[in-house]
Amino acid sequence: MALALEPRREPSRAMMVAAPVIAVLATLLAGAIVFTLLGHDGPQAVYQIFVVPLFNPYRWQDLFVKAAPLAIIAIGLSIGFRANIWNIGGEGQYILGGLAGTGVALMTLDLDGVWILPVMVAAGVVGGMIWAGIPALLKTRFNVSEILSSLMLNYVAIQLLYYLMRGPWKDPMGFNFPQTAMFSAAQTLPTIVPGTLIHLGVPVAAALGLTAWFLLARSVTGFQIRVMGLAPSAARYGGFSQASTVWLAMLVGGGMAGLAGILEAAGPFGQMVPQFPTGYGYTAIIVAFLGRLHPLGILVAALVLALTYVGGESAQTVIGLPSAATGVFQAMMLFFLLAADILVRYRLVARRETVHAPAVGAARAGAAAERGRAETGAETA
Amino acid sequence: MSTALLVAILMTVAAAATPLLIAALGELVAEKSGVLNLGVEGMMLIGAVTAFAVAVTTGIPALGAVAAMAAGALAAAIFAVLTLGLMANQVATGLALTIFGTGVSALIGAPFVGITTTTLGPIFPASLADDPVWRVVFGHSPLVYIGLILTFAVWWFLKHSRAGLILRAVGESDEAAHSIGYPVLTVRTLAVLFGGAMAGLGGSYYSLVLTPMWAERLTAGRGWIAIALVVFASWRPGRLLIGAYLFGLVITLELQAKAAGFNFFAPEFLSALPYLATVLVLALISAGRRSARTVAPACLGRPFRASA
Repeated sequence: MALALEPRREPSRAMMVAAPVIAVLATLLAGAIVFTLLGHDGPQAVYQIFVVPLFNPYRWQDLFVKAAPLAIIAIGLSIGFRANIWNIGGEGQYILGGLAGTGVALMTLDLDGVWILPVMVAAGVVGGMIWAGIPALLKTRFNVSEILSSLMLNYVAIQLLYYLMRGPWKDPMGFNFPQTAMFSAAQTLPTIVPGTLIHLGVPVAAALGLTAWFLLARSVTGFQIRVMGLAPSAARYGGFSQASTVWLAMLVGGGMAGLAGILEAAGPFGQMVPQFPTGYGYTAIIVAFLGRLHPLGILVAALVLALTYVGGESAQTVIGLPSAATGVFQAMMLFFLLAADILVRYRLVARRETVHAPAVGAARAGAAAERGRAETGAETA
Repeated sequence: MSTALLVAILMTVAAAATPLLIAALGELVAEKSGVLNLGVEGMMLIGAVTAFAVAVTTGIPALGAVAAMAAGALAAAIFAVLTLGLMANQVATGLALTIFGTGVSALIGAPFVGITTTTLGPIFPASLADDPVWRVVFGHSPLVYIGLILTFAVWWFLKHSRAGLILRAVGESDEAAHSIGYPVLTVRTLAVLFGGAMAGLGGSYYSLVLTPMWAERLTAGRGWIAIALVVFASWRPGRLLIGAYLFGLVITLELQAKAAGFNFFAPEFLSALPYLATVLVLALISAGRRSARTVAPACLGRPFRASA
């Protein structure tokens, strides 16, 4: 008798919800083991990262502040992922958003007015859109894989940031540090809970999650995106253009990443610095998957991944765990989620015997090929 | 241009091209079997740190290179279990592998930062490489020659061996290959493990030859360029060789221009050059033909489950 996988007639909704929970729990267990094998105090590392921040009300504000950009970027990326458009350039679009908004800030340093911050934010969104528009253009015009082009642009964006910090945008009063001037009060994101670090970006992230949920569920465009991901040929037959979906997904993804970028620059950073690339663009990919590409799920997942950052910092100071531990925990979470996902489409059954009949296999090959095609589309949904 | 400068440039081109070539050859074989592994960057980093740790601990750089292959294959095994065993999405799993490799390599490498080791230097006697012209032929680390030999071996394997034919059949039509009795998942697993070993070996070049030291994110995105090279090469080893050496040239120009204090462009622009060149080359190559899908293996990225 052996365990075997049997296809479900339709994806299990219960497992859709259970898989991320399984993934997080498995990460805690495997993390403790792996870090012990690497010569650290594994159980203590897990405790410091995943438990300590939860019982320290003072760290809750950090959780919200870290979760906001992750959620905003991930919601944008998830729209593309749903349509099988793989924008891996969130990091670069985040940087460009920050840079575009900073550009506005540097031009308006001596000015005052409530209009400055909105203009900065708008510039940030446009900056991210432009950076995402390059892979969209290359994809629709030349059929260049958006995975590779958007990823290459992350490295280009970082160099652009370094160039601006060391050269044209360097603060003349900054003791030769490669960073811009501090933003003025009119250019800084207001905090919304007095006495905490919680800035306007936090409720904005929550509102965007709710809006995206509503639009995906109710609008024609949301339907178009879902169909494009589930059944590309049906979508084309239905008159939905592939090119317009690519543009939509990339621009929404880029715009959201750019928004997250300027909110970080005008919020926690308060200026532009070379340390601005924080890996949020990559972590947001994990957030999107852990949140099941669902806006509300993403809000929850962003808090979970924020925990790895906040807890990772405290584990660094308390037990000397290297900061790279955060990335390892994040990646393991995605590994386990992808592994657990099989339970959504298959169920584990105990089989007494397995008979291989080549003749049946051949006869079924055609039908299975059809099914295979359907599954390819469905699996990213 | 002086002979010395020309020799220096040719030496650097080979040095810059070799890790790209080796890693890309592995990815080419994996993709030919129908598996898209985007974890090359992560596997290269794991290879680089393993090679360095083993070289420092044992004092034998060659052993480091071998260990890097094993570590790369081990990382690829995670990918194989998830995508082939559990049918996880290949794009997402590959990304996870890169994030994982970046973190794990930084973690393993933390105690080794700031240490140097002996390089995996030239294999031919120094007397052969005295003359600048012969230096271009005989003055390289063994990995440069291994890269060239591997290119030929992969070309021969795919084109002329029976196993290579089966591998291509599996990549072009998994259902048909399965129905005539070829073990689709076994073939793909082996191809993915080979890809991991090659990525590990390519990564070892950075920590054993180019800069005999370890730093976080040592490969700096070169793994992604290796994946792009496979597309550039239209999945053909010969073109891959040309592509890798062309990119070696781009990287060499970047290094030479920086070394010469060439300040017409900002140094940051030169650093961005390989990535910009990749985007540009992808656009040119894809514009040249109607669709990349016509030359890509037909089953690339598709999950397969035997209908038993």
